[in-house]
Amino acid sequence: MFVIDTITHRLKRGCETMAYPKGPAPALPDRHGGALKVDASKCADGCNACIPVCPTRAIARPPGKPVALDLGRCIFCAACVEVCPTKAITQTGDHRMAVRRREDLVLGESGKEQVRLAVALDEKLRKLFGRSLRLRQVSAGGCAACEADTNVLGTIGWDLGRFGIQFVASPRHADGLLITGAVSKNMELALKKTYDAVAAPKIVIAVGACAIAGGPFIGHPQIHNGASALVPVDLFIPGCPPHPLTILDGLLRLLDRLEDKPRVASGAN
Amino acid sequence: MSASTPFALLANASSLPWAEVPAWPVTEFVRATAGELTRGARLCALFGVPDGAGTRLVAVLAFDADNTLAVARSTPFSGAYPSLTVTHPQAHLFEREVLEQHGLTPMGHPWLKPVRQNNGNAPANGEFFRVDGREVHEVAVGPVHAGIIEPGHFRFQCAGEEVLHLEIALGYQHRGVEEALTGGPHLATMSQMETVAGDTTIAHATAHATLMESLAGTEAPLRAQWLRAIALELERLANHTGDMGALANDVAFLPTSSACGKIRGDFLNLTALICGNRFGRGLVRPGGCRHDLEPERAAQLLERLKTALADTEQAVAWFWDSASVRARFENVGVVFPAQAAEIGLVGPAARACGLVRDVRYDHPAGWHRFAQAPVAVWPGGDVFARARVRSLEIQRSGQYLCEQLAAPAEGDLRSELAPPAPDTLAVALVEGWRGEVCHVALTDAAGRFRRYKIIDPSFHNWTGLALALRGTAISDFPICNKSFNLSYCGFDL
Ligand code: SF4
Ligand code: SF4
Repeated sequence: MFVIDTITHRLKRGCETMAYPKGPAPALPDRHGGALKVDASKCADGCNACIPVCPTRAIARPPGKPVALDLGRCIFCAACVEVCPTKAITQTGDHRMAVRRREDLVLGESGKEQVRLAVALDEKLRKLFGRSLRLRQVSAGGCAACEADTNVLGTIGWDLGRFGIQFVASPRHADGLLITGAVSKNMELALKKTYDAVAAPKIVIAVGACAIAGGPFIGHPQIHNGASALVPVDLFIPGCPPHPLTILDGLLRLLDRLEDKPRVASGAN
Repeated sequence: MSASTPFALLANASSLPWAEVPAWPVTEFVRATAGELTRGARLCALFGVPDGAGTRLVAVLAFDADNTLAVARSTPFSGAYPSLTVTHPQAHLFEREVLEQHGLTPMGHPWLKPVRQNNGNAPANGEFFRVDGREVHEVAVGPVHAGIIEPGHFRFQCAGEEVLHLEIALGYQHRGVEEALTGGPHLATMSQMETVAGDTTIAHATAHATLMESLAGTEAPLRAQWLRAIALELERLANHTGDMGALANDVAFLPTSSACGKIRGDFLNLTALICGNRFGRGLVRPGGCRHDLEPERAAQLLERLKTALADTEQAVAWFWDSASVRARFENVGVVFPAQAAEIGLVGPAARACGLVRDVRYDHPAGWHRFAQAPVAVWPGGDVFARARVRSLEIQRSGQYLCEQLAAPAEGDLRSELAPPAPDTLAVALVEGWRGEVCHVALTDAAGRFRRYKIIDPSFHNWTGLALALRGTAISDFPICNKSFNLSYCGFDL
């Protein structure tokens, strides 16, 4: 009898929602690598080994300047990590990568070896959204994996609802948008209309390399190279796709629901 | 049967010189293709190749029973040609696509609209088919939907609750994947192949890698083929389990829905155990695989797999044991076997109409030449049958994985590839979790891609969803849609 079956089963399993953020964060898979760290002072003279291997051209070394790696463009293929002869580019294993400003994803210079993690919304917005944030998701020219790992946050293991964050069916019911995909030209109008339909004040969250900079499709004439081309973005969450933990970290950071304070920029940890 | 075909024959995952592909004037080409389709061949691909001032049409057919593929082309032409769709509806989207990409008009095509055209605003959907009558009303949904899901537009013609006709207009996810491949492979090509449809990373990546290997005149080391086969089944398990949960959710059967939502993640984490990424990014590369599954890791994978499989079995059993769930699925969203064959359905949607159609079995390549899972078939063509096939495939993929993990292939993981052969056509089919993933590459004199064609299973199957809705209540659209769970980006490219 399935009713008794399911109840016994549930009682046996107990609560399956993770302890995080009160308890420790679940570990990333060992081969995931997490956020990158770039210490340009370690770059060998004249070395450009990482630049030609990057599929999204995320790395540049302007003459006379240190190497700059744009984590917003990065799809985390690790090709640059493998090819770097001096270990200037390394994986940190850290799931935290969300930032408020696009330039905070550019790594390399002294003091900017790692991402400058997002600070919370200002007090007024925090009062409005801190305990109840309703988001409309707009998928626009990606591969649907970012959507999948955003959706995962609604499952019992993650239970996004316990933070008061919910995805709603209509932009009229939403406090903001969560955008995935590079924003195809074919979605331009739909995205604009959806954005306009959200009442102010509103926030926009760009999830994934596509929504930040175009992802694997960067530069294609059929896309916009990210959401910023059309709407102001308040939170950038890198990854291809970002691990659910990275997305959750970004959302909680924005709402000031995390204990740990933004990492100091000097390459600590 | 196929022995007497005028088409050039080739096996899955192989290639042949472009010059050896038979070429006929287009009228003759259409006639010959129609002849083969009438004899039971299936249309895997029909596309154009620009040639001088004109364009050639190329057809790739599958003779499933004979385990062989067949290919032919037309001589270059421009303007119009007699439509194949008139006699063989499975060509209808291909011909629309050819018009959009090359400006060739199929004369007599009944519904000649754009497929994914880029007009800067929204895809040029054109006029929708309309049913007239005082009782008839029209329902428009999308492109932005209610859930966390890809964009597309659905236009229903309804009489009360009953759907008389559904037209599906896509193109919103168009990223220019095929266009970007011309002159390739480029640095970003592999990443783009992994994201043609993000939930089908392993299948598309394997198809592309297989093409590159076949163009280089070699194949990946056995260990890499073994690992790809494992990753492919993990991809199937994750998606099928997620679909079972989504179907349960849509009939408000929450125990299975919440359990499957979580177990789906457990399967994704197994893929991440192999390569770090839950969707399998970075695993498959031309020439082999980039990460190994060492014995300790394989043992860990097997242990976690067994737990996840047991959990799935239990969650799915609740679902099948419940009469109210079965009643909601039976006789809803029916596609008849004859329709399924006529429109060229693939994957679980085809197998749920009783069609024995599975690339792993019909056209084995890579590891599937040595080890196969039985094909899961169920008659009925309704939501119930599509759920049933998934449920069977979960069991069979699980069993297959346990067997394969116990008998790993030894040896290298990756081999260096020679440059691609010039002026060569290569075809690779892979049975992704939605069905047949087809990649076709044609190289130029320098061995670069002159034309690269991708057919995601969704390209064949969206028409199936439209047919399933006929005569169905519009309130059943969600479960019909979930029972197909097709890709928008894989279609839109
Ligand atoms: S890890 Fe990121 S920055 Fe490095 S090569 Fe890959 S995409 Fe480029
Ligand atoms: S960022 Fe990567 S995972 Fe996300 S939509 Fe783009 S290609 Fe897909």
